[in-house]
Amino acid sequence: MTLSFETLAKQFDSLTQRPSSDYDAFNVDADQLVALCEHLRDKEGFSLLVDVAGIDWNDQSPRFSVAYHLYSVIKQCYVRLVCACVGDESPEVPSIVSVWPAANWHERETYDMFGIHFKGHPDLRRILMWDDYKYHPLRKEFPLAGIEDELPAADVRERVDANVIAAPMMGGPFYAQAADHMSQREPSAADQSWAESNPKRD
Amino acid sequence: MATQQKEINLGDNSARYQSEVPGETMSLNMGPSHPATHGVLRLKLELDGDFITKCDPVIGYLHRGDEKIAENMTYNQFVPYTDRLDYLAPLHNNVTYAIAVEKLAGLEMPPRCEAIRVICCELARISSHLLGIGVYGMDAGAFTIFLYTFTEREKLYTLFEELTGARLTTSYTRIGGLMRDIPEGWLGRVNNFINQLGPILEEVDGLLTRNTIWMKRTEGVCPISKEDALAYGLTGPNLRASGVDADLRRDKPYSGYENYDFEIPIGTSGDCYDRYLVRMEEIRQSMSIVRQAIEKMPDGPWYAEEAKKIFPPRKDKILTKMEELIQNFMIVTEGPQIPPGEVYFEAENPKGVLGFFIVSKGGGVPYRMKIRGPSFCSLSILPKVMPGLMITDVPIVLGSLDFVMGECDR
Repeated sequence: MTLSFETLAKQFDSLTQRPSSDYDAFNVDADQLVALCEHLRDKEGFSLLVDVAGIDWNDQSPRFSVAYHLYSVIKQCYVRLVCACVGDESPEVPSIVSVWPAANWHERETYDMFGIHFKGHPDLRRILMWDDYKYHPLRKEFPLAGIEDELPAADVRERVDANVIAAPMMGGPFYAQAADHMSQREPSAADQSWAESNPKRD
Repeated sequence: MATQQKEINLGDNSARYQSEVPGETMSLNMGPSHPATHGVLRLKLELDGDFITKCDPVIGYLHRGDEKIAENMTYNQFVPYTDRLDYLAPLHNNVTYAIAVEKLAGLEMPPRCEAIRVICCELARISSHLLGIGVYGMDAGAFTIFLYTFTEREKLYTLFEELTGARLTTSYTRIGGLMRDIPEGWLGRVNNFINQLGPILEEVDGLLTRNTIWMKRTEGVCPISKEDALAYGLTGPNLRASGVDADLRRDKPYSGYENYDFEIPIGTSGDCYDRYLVRMEEIRQSMSIVRQAIEKMPDGPWYAEEAKKIFPPRKDKILTKMEELIQNFMIVTEGPQIPPGEVYFEAENPKGVLGFFIVSKGGGVPYRMKIRGPSFCSLSILPKVMPGLMITDVPIVLGSLDFVMGECDR
């Protein structure tokens, strides 16, 4: 362990230790995130931001978290920072693009997939999905099959008169879900949005 | 009209552009189907004459939602999807993914399994770099290189086919072991391949490395400084070409890499030529690692025997013993039982560092899996380095960064 939690906690009072299966991991409040990142980069040598990952905790509050993984080329160690987003309806965290430009695309992707707003991001727009897309696909309520939607380009839409359709899930990945009753533990697709018993989505 | 000749300082891209008198700009759309973009990358370029003033990469044309898919299937069911991340080095993706999940489960692999995985990783690296250099040369007009490297890659694919049953979609690893042991005599054939690769690599080296046209096209083009490379999260050969001495195989050894001797090539200026040199040298080092691994290939089991709820028992036991049959049934229907926790593991893939961040709540299905694709980060530096370059440099820069859209878009 190359990072001392005590010395860090003196400077950043919102810092708490986070259970982790591998490296040092800390929870940090949104308002101290940027200062902590700057400190870690300048004083502790974490020069490389390797990953930014959004997490949707579904029915918990705060619902969304963002996990940052930093790597120090000199000390050869990792640290994970997890920042809970402010607000469950329109989640928000400060952007760290000013600390590592690498965060630019990572944050755009997290915004695209989870709808988490990064305050202070210079160019927050979708990156993997198209600009007019209405949903945030990695949120837990979004079905694996997808939702039927209009084609991205208006001119193509007019000509072909077709939509982006949801994937047929009847052959979808099957596995036994954890359930109390034996009868419910029959291997089945996790995404049941296609099932006969469900009302049809419009 | 008389042709104007200007002194161009190749070293500083931004200064090069600023010394020009700005004229009318033109926007050019490059891709998503363009041979030099090696996949479905689209670049929105602003041009002032031959110079690029702005570059906006548009990605996502190959987005399949792998992270969403991962949340909806068991750990073993996801292995084939990892083939399709960096589809030029599928074996390495398999290994990285397997180690990430095993780390969460706290499993140690037996030495034979680790050695086989190292051979897989290094052969995948050789295959990926051979393709990388081949198409990089072809983009610059050196078509012959492509023929040499592709012939070698073809032989390598035959070896992969013998090992895994598939040439491209290998899906060789399982959580807690491998699909099967190596076939008889396979190591000898790998050794033969490595032995005959050496002279051919020398030939490629002779054709390209000191070739004047090649050097003029690549030397001093698009230098990326150490600081920029780190700030934009470049990894792998691209980071090392910029002069940063970082290689996870040495710094954070996994799968027994600490038992092998190899050197890590480092570039100086981080230009396109350096990125080529680093890859050439990495092939040679990989050849040396494969030789060492073949030499001291240990005997013993090739899967973790103590991992009762993770790795299915052997087929003959499944068909004859009740307990093993139940165990196999549970692993197939419910998936390998992985304890709850959060784990991040990354390994030195040919294109850079491929990382898996797995949040598990227990059971056979991950709660959240984030895939960190190295190509995604390599491409994010384009808006920074492209302005000031000439339009003819674009294929060179793209070829030198050696990205693959499969893992960029996921």
